[in-house]
Amino acid sequence: MILHTLIDYETLRLIWWVLLGVLLIGFAATDGFDMGVGALLPFVARNDVERRVAINTVGPVWEGNQVWFILGGGAIFAAWPPLYAVSFSGFYLAMFVVLAALILRPVSFKYRSKRDSARWRNNWDWALFVGGFVPALIFGVAVGNVLQGVPFRLDEDLRSFYEGSFFGLLNPFALLCGLLSVSMLVMHGGGWLALKADGMVAERARRFGSLAALLTVVLYALAGLLLWSFIDGYRITSAIVTDGPSNPLAKQVAHDPGAWFANFAVWPWLWIAPGLGLLGAALAGLALRTRSEGLPIIASGLSIFGVISSVGVAMFPFILPSSIDPRSSLTVWDSSSSHMTLFIMLVVTVIFLPIVLAYTAWVYRVLWGKVTESDVRQEAGHLY
Amino acid sequence: MELDIVSLSRLQFAMTALYHFLFVPLTLGLSIILAIMETVYVMTDRPIWKEMTKFWGTLFGINFVLGVATGITMEFQFGMNWSYYSHYVGDIFGAPLAIEGLMAFFLEATFVGLFFFGWDRMSKRGHLAATWAVAAGSNLSALWILIANGWMQNPVGSVFNPATMRMEVASFYEVLFNPVAQAKFVHTVSAGYVTASIFVLGVSSWYVLKGRHIALAKRSMAVAASFGLLSSLSVVVLGDESGYLTTEHQRMKLASIEGMWETEPAPASFTLLGFPNQEARETHHIIQIPWALGLIATRSLDTPIPGIRELVERAQARVRNGIIAYDALQQIRAARGAENVPASVREAFEANGNNLGYAFLLLRHTDDPRKATDAQIEAAAWDLVPPVAPLFWSFRVMVGLGFYFIALLATFFLLSAWQKLDRYRFLLWMAVFSIPLPWIAAEAGWIVAEVGRQPWIIEGMLPTAVAVSSLGITQVLLTLCGFIIIYSVLFVIEMTLMVRAIRKGPPPEADLVGPAPLPNVAPMRGILPAE
Repeated sequence: MILHTLIDYETLRLIWWVLLGVLLIGFAATDGFDMGVGALLPFVARNDVERRVAINTVGPVWEGNQVWFILGGGAIFAAWPPLYAVSFSGFYLAMFVVLAALILRPVSFKYRSKRDSARWRNNWDWALFVGGFVPALIFGVAVGNVLQGVPFRLDEDLRSFYEGSFFGLLNPFALLCGLLSVSMLVMHGGGWLALKADGMVAERARRFGSLAALLTVVLYALAGLLLWSFIDGYRITSAIVTDGPSNPLAKQVAHDPGAWFANFAVWPWLWIAPGLGLLGAALAGLALRTRSEGLPIIASGLSIFGVISSVGVAMFPFILPSSIDPRSSLTVWDSSSSHMTLFIMLVVTVIFLPIVLAYTAWVYRVLWGKVTESDVRQEAGHLY
Repeated sequence: MELDIVSLSRLQFAMTALYHFLFVPLTLGLSIILAIMETVYVMTDRPIWKEMTKFWGTLFGINFVLGVATGITMEFQFGMNWSYYSHYVGDIFGAPLAIEGLMAFFLEATFVGLFFFGWDRMSKRGHLAATWAVAAGSNLSALWILIANGWMQNPVGSVFNPATMRMEVASFYEVLFNPVAQAKFVHTVSAGYVTASIFVLGVSSWYVLKGRHIALAKRSMAVAASFGLLSSLSVVVLGDESGYLTTEHQRMKLASIEGMWETEPAPASFTLLGFPNQEARETHHIIQIPWALGLIATRSLDTPIPGIRELVERAQARVRNGIIAYDALQQIRAARGAENVPASVREAFEANGNNLGYAFLLLRHTDDPRKATDAQIEAAAWDLVPPVAPLFWSFRVMVGLGFYFIALLATFFLLSAWQKLDRYRFLLWMAVFSIPLPWIAAEAGWIVAEVGRQPWIIEGMLPTAVAVSSLGITQVLLTLCGFIIIYSVLFVIEMTLMVRAIRKGPPPEADLVGPAPLPNVAPMRGILPAE
């Protein structure tokens, strides 16, 4: 097949870097509000009917949303195999905790209302809380660690060795990022509940959501400040080959204070990303206070887009820097799949992603409208 | 089994995959049965078919969600426990997994919400479309997963790249249309259909025995028996072995399944029973059917089937070739840059590169395959024999059950056609007690396929032992125990809910047989019970 040479390797790598961002943002923007609702559950819903209102706002859509996570895993495997191999084996125990929490979540949705027992339902509600809060926290902690560099090295066979520990992940900056991630998704979940729930649930969701939005603004600004002042970035010091074979060991890399802000200096329009992160969260907070229906979820979605893309562009071309052996760092130019695989996967994505977005939009339209307490009391539409 | 990182990682993968596969076959088959039932509802307008769809849909939901939950683990544990594997073959293996998410799992998961929540929100046909989308999504999912798995068994369309130290795709077309993947897909989804059919048949039989929900039960049995009979025939006739014997290791797998240590003169006989002994390298107390294996495996009377000893003998040559490839690879990498590689070295690598994986087998016996002794080469070749007894027995359990399912489903198909479904109570009890059997067959089938692949993770290319992550034993033990605890608790909860839902049965209105069919629709007499 010669077809794949239609698009050169460098461009394909760039496109797949953008698509990696699209997947992460898609995951955070859809599954994110499910997790936010889970984390908010004990605070916004005080009795069984209220809990069921909250749960049923995400009831019909969480399964589809969760596929963004699965697809994220699959796409990283297909397009960035070294990233898949190094990160998941490196963050091994953290990954297990995420999986355990995410395994509990689907089961909680489905099984919670199958029995009348208050204890049964209460236990599943806590599982939903854990399934929302814990993954949100750990994803943020992971990003916080990636920004500082991860203690791994590659040997000559490109086998990866991780030399950190689980508790090493829990350093102050990473924990700050973890809290940011939680508050961001809680804000998003609050926005969703404001749109889809009614009565006291929506009322409390507005209150906690706007609090989370405020927290998002503060923590994001603080994280940016700390990144600027205390955390070294990384810089490629050898000649940059953008279309060479995917072998990270072919380059030289150095620690460099301020490197994570270098891209913003070269392309000032990139400041749009952190700008959106801050303004989106501020707007979401205001919109939640002014009782707007649709605006909070849109604004928090913009904030998520801004926050995640700001991390991506700050690190570019790095994807996973190594703190103990910088030249092992994975970058856009040396840790992708082959030219042909990137091309084939792009064709598949160009065909199927629009289809997925179209039918997802249609499903959301069919399910349009609020979930009310009387719906839940009447068991209308076979609710959870 | 010793507690090293390789066997712990294998144990973890086997456990999570076998557990995931408890829920997948039922999802595959039940989604189609739901779609069939709802289609009948939309065509005939009889409300009982809607109630059937809803009732089996409830059981489908309890099962489906654990398939989804345990599937999350599957998507990530290649990276977690099989890091070098992920690096080595991600270029090829990752693609079908990603396409599965994009093309199939999104479809299934997005519409399953509408299946449960959309009854009052959509037109009849709209809802039917959602149900078929779920069925199509789950079956397409299986296709892509088996394309990935088929490639592990028969790694076509790919080539090793010394510059990146991994395998890369050479022909995506060959990966897609891998004959092993195609055979596996048909075999696996048919097995899923049989599982769901026997589940529906068994649960319905129990209702008939208890005199409950008769109308719903009999109609369900009619659907299950006809759909299941077709599927069970397809499982056996289009069995997994049809695409086989194209590679040397598949011959090894066949010889191991047969416990056949020596090459038999054509046409080989089929070993019905026996006791394989791996240490002594022979199989005791054999009962054989003359000619049968030769006919099944080679479709001829004069092609001999090689035994394990002969295959090991031949493999030694491949190990020696692999050493040449390994040596060339080291020189290519030492040269730093393709232009510095001598032509002779490049030629040596191109000629022997497909045996590189055989040199990796030596890594268990020596640090440097280039210095391997004859004894080490022979030991590496003997490593190619998978554990014979587990294969031998799993295969016989699977095939025996397969034939039993055909007999059971054919019986109920005839009973349904003659409208005598409630005549023979012992047959109904037999159907009830048969409910767990398809799961046993499916798990046995997984063991045949994946234990039979050992010692390879990618057949002929990468041994399992070099594919693991560089983790500590405690870490893997910790997650293994974690998964065992979580999965056991969830299993108990799932079974309790399933049994409760079955005991409770459909709501009372489901037992009312609906209005007469519309005049323009012919009643489906014969297969379906009369109104």
